[in-house]
Amino acid sequence: MMPKNVLGIVYSNSYDSSLGALTARRTMGSVPFGGRYRLIDFPLSNLVNCGVTKVGVIANGNFRSLMDHVGSGRPWDLSRKVDGLTLLPPFTPAAVEATNRIDSLSRIMDFISHSKQEYVLLMDSNFVCNTDLSKLFDFHSKKNADITIAYCTGTLPKLNNIAVLDVNEDAKVTNIGIDVKTASDVNYSANIILVRKALLERLIGDAQSYAYQSFEKDILQKNVATLNIYGYKLSEWNCTIDSMNTYFEANMKLLEKANRKELFNDEAPVYTKVRNDMPVVYGITSNCKNSLIADGCQIEGTVKNSIVFRGARVAKGAVVENSILMQDAFVGEDAKLNCVVMDKNTVITPKKVLSGDKSYPLFVGKEIVI
Amino acid sequence: MAKKTECIAMLLAGGQGSRLGVLTKNIAKPAVPYGGKYRIIDFPLSNCVNSGIYTVGVLTQYQPLELNEYLGNGGPWDLDRANGGVHILSPYQQIEGTEWYKGTANAIYQNIHFIDRYNPEYVAILSGDHIYKMDYAKMLQYHKEKDAACTIAMLEVPWEEASRFGLMFTDDDGRITAFEEKPKNPKSNKASMGVYMFTWSKLRQYLIDDENDPDSSNDFGKNVIPAMHEAGERLFAYGFDGYWKDVGTIDSLWEANLDLLNPKANIDLSDPSWKIYGRGNATAPQYVSDKARIENSIASAGCEIEGKIDYSILFSDVTVEEGAFVDYSIVMPGAVIKKGAVVQYAMVAENAVIEEGAVVGENPEKCDNLENWGVSVVGAGVTVGKNAKVKAQSMISEDVKEGETV
Repeated sequence: MMPKNVLGIVYSNSYDSSLGALTARRTMGSVPFGGRYRLIDFPLSNLVNCGVTKVGVIANGNFRSLMDHVGSGRPWDLSRKVDGLTLLPPFTPAAVEATNRIDSLSRIMDFISHSKQEYVLLMDSNFVCNTDLSKLFDFHSKKNADITIAYCTGTLPKLNNIAVLDVNEDAKVTNIGIDVKTASDVNYSANIILVRKALLERLIGDAQSYAYQSFEKDILQKNVATLNIYGYKLSEWNCTIDSMNTYFEANMKLLEKANRKELFNDEAPVYTKVRNDMPVVYGITSNCKNSLIADGCQIEGTVKNSIVFRGARVAKGAVVENSILMQDAFVGEDAKLNCVVMDKNTVITPKKVLSGDKSYPLFVGKEIVI
Repeated sequence: MAKKTECIAMLLAGGQGSRLGVLTKNIAKPAVPYGGKYRIIDFPLSNCVNSGIYTVGVLTQYQPLELNEYLGNGGPWDLDRANGGVHILSPYQQIEGTEWYKGTANAIYQNIHFIDRYNPEYVAILSGDHIYKMDYAKMLQYHKEKDAACTIAMLEVPWEEASRFGLMFTDDDGRITAFEEKPKNPKSNKASMGVYMFTWSKLRQYLIDDENDPDSSNDFGKNVIPAMHEAGERLFAYGFDGYWKDVGTIDSLWEANLDLLNPKANIDLSDPSWKIYGRGNATAPQYVSDKARIENSIASAGCEIEGKIDYSILFSDVTVEEGAFVDYSIVMPGAVIKKGAVVQYAMVAENAVIEEGAVVGENPEKCDNLENWGVSVVGAGVTVGKNAKVKAQSMISEDVKEGETV
């Protein structure tokens, strides 16, 4: 299967509500991650790195920051005359947000049908991974599958409607559970789903006529016996963001070299919007340990075990530990932070002391001054 | 025919920069890395865009491959435009034969037809080897107010350094009354920055006259501007008081990099209203490990830092392993400094590898003979072997074997 023959559809509002305040004013896709990225950079980069040339980004609500970030798609080389990136905002007269995946897809069915690609790959924004999707395409062809679902093995994310797969020796999905109650490791869907366009059109058309509500229950689960559904196991480092906790942990896991090597590599770079910041400036009084620091930062205080995004500043005498400072956050002189997530453009004035816990990081919302 | 444009810029980027030695072995001087993530040419290009000049001709000649690739369609500088944008102008074959650019004036002369396409009123002539942030729009405004034929950007330099520059004398109105080229005993400290604004109709004629003069060396500073002066044209000096540095030598390039760490040097690249743009690569943020100590330094994306860094500039994707020490040095993209190696008072070019225990450069305070002291340079892709030593002022273009001293 030629990647050019696959249309990528990225859902930017995936499980927005699971991050609470972090997604109060943005989509899941535009949540900052890993020092310089937004979550949508990962699906978009995976798609273009394997050779997909046409991508639609479904935006349901709160998508101004997403539009600002994605723009014409140039950072991903998706600003093109032929194919390229299309943002798909809601356009029904009532302008109600789509309530589920079937609804979302049915609204963009004309975009999908008019694409010349023969296959459609559905992806979510809350899944962080760097994987070679062309292997998944080859797997789909080799198995002669109707639907291929990429899955991970591990603890089930705390999200609604996550499909849990029973996979046989041939990688065929024999059974699908939804919202399974279990504490042990399971094969859960990464919500990366490859399907032939004609089949998707039929499935969504049927779902609409029966007023189905759940893509997972009414399309995947119901058809497990009638369609050839295969499971493709993702072996690379990955993370499904399902809460502020996993968001915090996933960022912190990037402090481990092995994870960084899997997520960021020269052969398959993760692309993002360029900001043209100057490199990091470390002052005479700086003390930085075990941290990820992005361009544009000015570090004059102490930073330990933290992720510091582009343009953030830590003043003299300040101590930042186990924390995430998003873009242009400012920590004043002699302030002390432990287990804090500072959103974009936040300010901690001098000498303030803020502390959360690793299991419950303290969140400072966008543009708040403390 | 292109749309009429009031002011276009011509950027002289063809120089070899022979005084930069191994650093310009395979690249033109304007493509030399600077400041952790930039190349020298980013400064005039960003100045153009920030000043509202969106048509820029870049004249290339020496080793243009990497420079051409770097500029591309001009996208990183917002110079990929329907009207204007960046144009790479290399010497080309003509019906009368092929001619290299003989001098700065000849380079512009050979591209008169390019400039004419935009029918500009004014042409800025810039060079690709200076680090400075300057608003050319203000200079143009001054040029118009003075009804000048040529305006030359002028910097007052310390008197003890004045003899290294082309100097100008001006009257109270700012009009240039005389020139002095690198005099032994300077009587002025007003130095030319090599940034010119010309009224195109005037310059065009002088370029043609200059080309017809067989004795001319076809250089702006030596021929065209003196000719305009002699003919009584209105030449004005435009005062500039910001940071400016010619980075044509190893020492000045090293200094200009370290100036970024000096708060007194008055060069701030973090100003959001005057960004310096460049072509970036998609690298992850830098990682600073538990064992690292980094102070008073600049480091760019993709670095993995486990050693000790003091008063240095690390470009993107540089690795400094545990126990290594980088002091007063410039380390260019992709270079690797292995365990226990020392890099001091040195410049390490792209993708060079300094093996374990090697020592590059010497600290002038610990140097017996200061006269022989100078910045050490390791060329691109060169490997300095285990426990090898690169002495002060050495310039290395070939691999250094294990334990060897060069």
